[in-house]
Amino acid sequence: MKRASIVLWTLFFVASPTFANSKQATIGSKKFTEAVILGEIAVQAAHIAGGTATHLSELGGTRTLWNALLSGEIDLYAEYTGTIIQEILKNKPIKTFDDIKNALKNQGILMTRPLGFNNTYAVGMQSAKAQKLGIQTISDLKKHPNLELRFSHEFMDRADGWKGLKAAYGLPHTDVLGLEHHLSYRSLAEGIADLVDLYSTDAEIAYYKFQTLEDDRGFFPQYQALFLYREDLAQKFPALITTLKRLEGKIDEARMIEMNALAKIKKISESKVAAQFSQSFYGQKKEIREIGYWERLWGHTQSHLILVILSMLAAVMVAIPLGIVAAKQPRLGQGILSVVSILQTIPSLALLVFMIPFLGIGALPAIAALFIYSLLPIVRNTYMGITSIPLPLRESALALGLRPKACLKLIELPLAFRAILTGVKTATIINIGTATLGALIGAGGYGQPILTGIRLDNIQMILLEGAVPAAVLALVAQAGFELLDSHLTPKGLQLKANQS
Amino acid sequence: MVVGMSTKVSQASLLTLKNVTMIFGSQTALHPTNLDIPKQKTTVLLGPSGCGKSTLLRLCLGLMIPSTGEVIFEGTPVTSESALELRKKMGYVIQDGGLFPHLTAYENIALMARHLEWTEDRIQSRIHELIKVTQFPEDGLTRYPVQISGGQRQRVSFMRALMLDPDVLFLDEPFGALDPVIRADLQEDLKHMIQSLNKTVVMVTHDIGEAAYAGDHIVFMKEGRILQEGSFEGIVSKPKDSFVTRFIRAQRTVSLDKLLEGHAI
Repeated sequence: MKRASIVLWTLFFVASPTFANSKQATIGSKKFTEAVILGEIAVQAAHIAGGTATHLSELGGTRTLWNALLSGEIDLYAEYTGTIIQEILKNKPIKTFDDIKNALKNQGILMTRPLGFNNTYAVGMQSAKAQKLGIQTISDLKKHPNLELRFSHEFMDRADGWKGLKAAYGLPHTDVLGLEHHLSYRSLAEGIADLVDLYSTDAEIAYYKFQTLEDDRGFFPQYQALFLYREDLAQKFPALITTLKRLEGKIDEARMIEMNALAKIKKISESKVAAQFSQSFYGQKKEIREIGYWERLWGHTQSHLILVILSMLAAVMVAIPLGIVAAKQPRLGQGILSVVSILQTIPSLALLVFMIPFLGIGALPAIAALFIYSLLPIVRNTYMGITSIPLPLRESALALGLRPKACLKLIELPLAFRAILTGVKTATIINIGTATLGALIGAGGYGQPILTGIRLDNIQMILLEGAVPAAVLALVAQAGFELLDSHLTPKGLQLKANQS
Repeated sequence: MVVGMSTKVSQASLLTLKNVTMIFGSQTALHPTNLDIPKQKTTVLLGPSGCGKSTLLRLCLGLMIPSTGEVIFEGTPVTSESALELRKKMGYVIQDGGLFPHLTAYENIALMARHLEWTEDRIQSRIHELIKVTQFPEDGLTRYPVQISGGQRQRVSFMRALMLDPDVLFLDEPFGALDPVIRADLQEDLKHMIQSLNKTVVMVTHDIGEAAYAGDHIVFMKEGRILQEGSFEGIVSKPKDSFVTRFIRAQRTVSLDKLLEGHAI
């Protein structure tokens, strides 16, 4: 037991990305390119300020980032004024910039002044289609109630998104669906959607020749980009804040669109884009070491394995005893099986997000969620393995004078071994697939290149760094379990019956 | 553990059932039953399927606990607690052996002795005694149950039951799954074995020929009740009612005819 716990802690520390260091900052970013670039610029700033920074990129949406900032899991991230007013402080009366500042300070959060560009929400269409239908303003949409509207999930839910827009303009459209923001451009370009939400600094607007519709009633608020950071970061690493504040008012819309274009259209990594910016703005930069394919793959593999192995170890240790109890105590057993079945039905994304308030972001909540998902196959197979032992065999064991405990150890568990192993195998293979979702809450693993690949529209990255390795890992696990099965299953159970 | 036992237990009986009933929900598997199992004799529980004979056997082993009444084994009432110890003095053989498929024949036989921490030497010499008694081929000991024939499996099952030298053997349709030739061989070997070991045996069967061949004392059961009890001759010469007569007649065979020669049935 002791040795096992040492191993677990060691793995945990290897997995945990941050170490105590005063000139160190943990930076977060939302899962769209501009946010990642701004995060990388903050990394550059930390370096220039004489310290270091870890970037937990593509952590999720506003809620996730804000909660992580409040709980101290990240020290800093880039946010937009409109989002702060509409989402973070939505129940507070905010009139001025100082109101925002004071409201945030009450929660221990400080902010820089705006960086200089306004990345507001906009809605856009294919230029050709807009011209054909004679649509120039959002008000013009009322005349075309049959358009297919496809909005990002966050836009669908936000007060300053579709709900507000629809009310402000009295829009009649009913064919409205949510989708991943990164897919908006493709669906619009391919004519699958007629109207999507856009960020005004997105590089694709020009690239794809989309037309943004004029917000003729001034519905969308200003979305001035700035950095939010914790008060304690300002104390332990003031040079970083000074360095960041030099950016205030210095990044205009054209510059931001250009950087977005470099990353999204030219496919230059965000860290390189940020380094180029840093060189031209600060006159120095942190060299970005290009990480080769195999090294990246190995990194993803390690973090993926940590998620899978730790969650499976915990699941096996809990689920097998639960399965035994379920088999031995029929009434309690029904309860146990129902509970683990219900846990299984929680959508994985919801479960991951649900874990954040308790366990924060990163590997720990992902492991906890994967643990919960791995229980059912193991509990059920252990239960089935034991209860399906024929009554005559069970009675023969008892009639020999074996006490229930000895009977379990000598007869029932060996006979149920195959079923239990199959349960563990099933759980592991599902686990390997589900663990890719861990990247959504900063747990890394093969999900990271999948997320990044979706965002950058980089199919090769999705496949070669995420999807294919995950499938290979599942096959390796499958083969490993076959090997275990042939080595550990009692020989008598592997033989085919001889005709007597 | 057991205090103030009744002294009424007959000296000659190993097991006594006193007013035992067994009720499952709304079904009565065994109506109030009294029965003495004589020592060192073979008692056969005979009757059609569902007559309660297997239930009665399970009650003796403590695999079921009676709804009312009590089962007394060598002066000790069989309860779910006491059964754990008492079973070491009981051997149990069921149809098709009930051998554990994950263990070899040897491991099946040695299982309980190993659990009780006998030395390997003692286990080995005991098993060598047993393969002589049961005429089981020595090279079969390393095989798994699926690798040996049904008849040999039953011999292993007998060895397993006899390993701790129990006072009584409970046999539940021990030949039920065997084809006729193997069955006849095994029946004969078993009879010799029982005679040479001088054990008390309780056997459940629905086969009148088997009952006649093996049984000293026949207990004829029907619908959860004992209908008639006594020697085979006693039952065939004076069947208690038409059901007993019909049951015996229905199973008349050439070999049985020989046994029945000179009887009224």
